[in-house]
Amino acid sequence: MKELNELNLPEDLKYSDDHEWARVDGDIVTIGIDDYAQDQLGEVVFVEVPEVGDTFSKGDQFGTVESVKAVSEIYTPVSGEVVEANEALADAPELINNSPYKDGWIVKIKADDLSELDNLKDKASYFQMLKG
Amino acid sequence: MEEHIANTCRGGVQKCHNTHQTATSGLIFKESFLWGKSREGRCAVSIPAQDVEESLLDPELTADAPELPQLSEMDVVRHYTRLSQWNFGVDSGMYPLGSCTMKYNPKTNEVQAARPGFSGAHPLLDEDLCQGALEMIYNLEQYLAEITGMEAVTLQPAAGAHGELAGMLAIHAYHAKTGHQRSKIIIPDTAHGTNPASATLCGYESINIHSGEDGILTPEAVAAVMDEETAGIMITNPNTLGLFEESIKEIADIVHAKGGLVYGDGANMNAIMGIVKPGDLGIDVIHLNLHKTFSTPHGGGGPGSGPIAVVKALEPFLPVPRVEKKDDRYTLVYDKPDSMGRMLTFHGHFSILVRAYSYILTMGAKGLTDVSKLAVLNANYIKESLRGDLHLPYDRPCMHECVFTDKFQADNGVSTLDMAKRIMDYGFHPPTVYFPLVVHGAIMIEPTETESKETIDQFIGAFKSIVQEAKENPEILKSAPHLAKLSRLDEVSAARKPVLRG
Repeated sequence: MKELNELNLPEDLKYSDDHEWARVDGDIVTIGIDDYAQDQLGEVVFVEVPEVGDTFSKGDQFGTVESVKAVSEIYTPVSGEVVEANEALADAPELINNSPYKDGWIVKIKADDLSELDNLKDKASYFQMLKG
Repeated sequence: MEEHIANTCRGGVQKCHNTHQTATSGLIFKESFLWGKSREGRCAVSIPAQDVEESLLDPELTADAPELPQLSEMDVVRHYTRLSQWNFGVDSGMYPLGSCTMKYNPKTNEVQAARPGFSGAHPLLDEDLCQGALEMIYNLEQYLAEITGMEAVTLQPAAGAHGELAGMLAIHAYHAKTGHQRSKIIIPDTAHGTNPASATLCGYESINIHSGEDGILTPEAVAAVMDEETAGIMITNPNTLGLFEESIKEIADIVHAKGGLVYGDGANMNAIMGIVKPGDLGIDVIHLNLHKTFSTPHGGGGPGSGPIAVVKALEPFLPVPRVEKKDDRYTLVYDKPDSMGRMLTFHGHFSILVRAYSYILTMGAKGLTDVSKLAVLNANYIKESLRGDLHLPYDRPCMHECVFTDKFQADNGVSTLDMAKRIMDYGFHPPTVYFPLVVHGAIMIEPTETESKETIDQFIGAFKSIVQEAKENPEILKSAPHLAKLSRLDEVSAARKPVLRG
């Protein structure tokens, strides 16, 4: 398990209390789980992603990440429609561990209202929350 | 003596650390698949010479013979004997798997279930020809109703989760009958993981609520979400932290006031049998695991059985047929218009029911009450004995199981998994690990009432010794088990790239 100061938490992302990250590009929000979450879960063995066209409200569960230890639900921090899901995770769930912010992204959602992301945390306040 | 044990163990002192270790290495056979042993023409039976005229079946009813391995009797006996020697069971050692109640299965249960009147009875026999079997079903239902404080029982469900489904179907049918179907069900974070699945199968959305800081549910948390669209609550008591839900009655009142029903998960009944009746706590339907509380085989040892007990208002919805008694005669009654229908073929897992019936009769009321007292005493003895060696997240009296974590061992890089693997080298089955999910790195130990103080002391000594090893020689834990047929398995590859065919 990593020490807190070993965690990779990029500056340009927003973080939820449930350890998802969000990257905004126009009205498309890319979502994944962060370094802390993948480290806590351990080796990920299965990822369940939603279908393109599925719609979710902020706070809905949209998928699951299963490790050898536990199954965790993932929640969307923003309402909208799924425009792309990371199909590569089906054959290579380890992407979540090896590359949580790049190859291990989970879903891209076309946001209904980007202001919903305002109550996510930036790196500094998320790190503060982890320190407790 | 200690030195002698050490010197005669494979691997020397490093593997046989001390006298807490009840296991040593032994000769274990490799064994191939039966297909690998198959030889053309080899056979385990001699079919008597044909002494009647040959009469061929209609070709439309026949096909090629099934492909089966061809083996002698000894091939088959050795195969299964060797596989059984790879195994660990309650008959070989202590099996403290939390929330599973791996108690000893008394052999008299097997004798009773094997009686020809039971084992030879065809499930479609006419009622007149199986009065004894029907009487057993009727009496067992009565006993379980008495133990749970409920009005009626069905023995049909095949196991615990199937019982949960039957219970939720009864709640669903009740709301449909009273004219207003509901959409949600409340499930606390200390409930069993199968609860949300059973509720979802009935079309209910699970509303998860958190337990309070002391690990038990607060009436306020239930009141905050309970409304007239909520079918009820599914509550495990004692909960999966091994703690008694002390506010259960108040919670039941809150749920009932809004027209909801209370489902009790009775998987942990071994802690309260004979002490508390769930019916007195405001629970409306509860399932029992005969393969936990009532000593029938568990896991690979045989099918389970998950009867449900219900209050009077839910009786009309129970599966058919019901066994009813009139003037000392037992009949199968199908005419129940509100019944949910059948949950299983015939009469449930009948021979398992006989074993549970045998257990109840041999133990008697006092014996069953003593079971719960000793189960709770044993768990608290382990909790107090290992306090200080292992971190105790909820420091209060427990019921039939206690929950520790790996917090004290984290600095040495030793996890719950490593300690669980290492205890195998000491001759014990590992406890439940990483459950309940609300506890980080959980180690959940349920000794049951059937282990002696000597065995429990050996287990405690083994765990203390492992805690010592974690400080002095963490590597021996990380690569454990060392004495098992297979050492540490690659769980990640097994899960990511499973080989599903032999």
